[in-house]
Amino acid sequence: MHALVLAATEAGELRDGLAAIGAGLVYGLAAIGPGIGIGMVVSNAIQAMARQPEMAGPVRVTMFLGIAFTEALALFGFVLFFLAQG
Amino acid sequence: MTIGAFTFPPIDELFVWKEVLLEDTPVAVNKTAILMLVSAAVVTLLFVGGSRKTRLVPGRLQNLLEVTYEFVDRGIARDVIGPDGTRFTPFLGSLFLFILFTNVWSVIPFIQFPPTSRFGVPLFLALLTWVIYWYVGFRHHGIRYLTGHIFPAGVPKPLYVLVTPIELVQLLIVRPFSLAVRLLANMMAGHILLAALAMLTAYALTNAPLIALGPFVLNIGVMAFEILVGFLQAYIFTLLTAVYIGDSLHPAH
Repeated sequence: MHALVLAATEAGELRDGLAAIGAGLVYGLAAIGPGIGIGMVVSNAIQAMARQPEMAGPVRVTMFLGIAFTEALALFGFVLFFLAQG
Repeated sequence: MTIGAFTFPPIDELFVWKEVLLEDTPVAVNKTAILMLVSAAVVTLLFVGGSRKTRLVPGRLQNLLEVTYEFVDRGIARDVIGPDGTRFTPFLGSLFLFILFTNVWSVIPFIQFPPTSRFGVPLFLALLTWVIYWYVGFRHHGIRYLTGHIFPAGVPKPLYVLVTPIELVQLLIVRPFSLAVRLLANMMAGHILLAALAMLTAYALTNAPLIALGPFVLNIGVMAFEILVGFLQAYIFTLLTAVYIGDSLHPAH
């Protein structure tokens, strides 16, 4: 059965299809971790701001820093998506 | 990819730099360069013009410029670097405003293209930051800047096998690369999203006009969101630059 399917595809067709699936998965998988991470960063920052509104300024700056570092991983995945296409 | 009569530009389009002026010469100019020059000129004119006649009671323009300067000076330079960070405010301010003005092109009608979504632009800015934080580090701490970073105090000796390469790669590659990629990817993603929604609207208009309302409204919403993203990315780029410079001035370890 598999041999039949393989025989019916043109040369390189399977490779291209797998590459497309891979490129699609790259970003989706890369977004899972940072998604959870950014959620944790922001939820704790909001909690801190709600408990000590006078510290909202410094907390907000630190929150953006935390988001930026966490988000970098997802963005590497986004760039890999373009690389995986080529 | 083609939807009906409309062709979604192939992904390669993002890597093709069409020359507009002075073609085939070493100083050929493309859309990206023109938009960058215009944004630099706008920022310069705004600040030179606005600060020519300063008054004790500021007018509208002077007020706006003062608020912007204070935002960078207080909110970024002094808060992150410390009291001696004020001398970096001119650099941080120009960085912030240049990135902000180049990002905003992504929502300006008929242009709708952020020059920062071409890798050369954010990469150059990140390398500038890279050179400055290394220079500041060596200027203030000499070789101890490097050794202090790659051999952090309080780490058990055998762990240096692991820690030293990680810290070195972080200082040399990860910092500038993540700075550049963060800006690039955010602006490029927004650009692609806007293009895709505009395509969907145009396609739906010809086939099922009622459905076109969905992507159209979404497009307007995303455009507003893009202004926020453009501002936020300029802020984060400047903030991280300040963090790296502050780390070079006062290493924590």
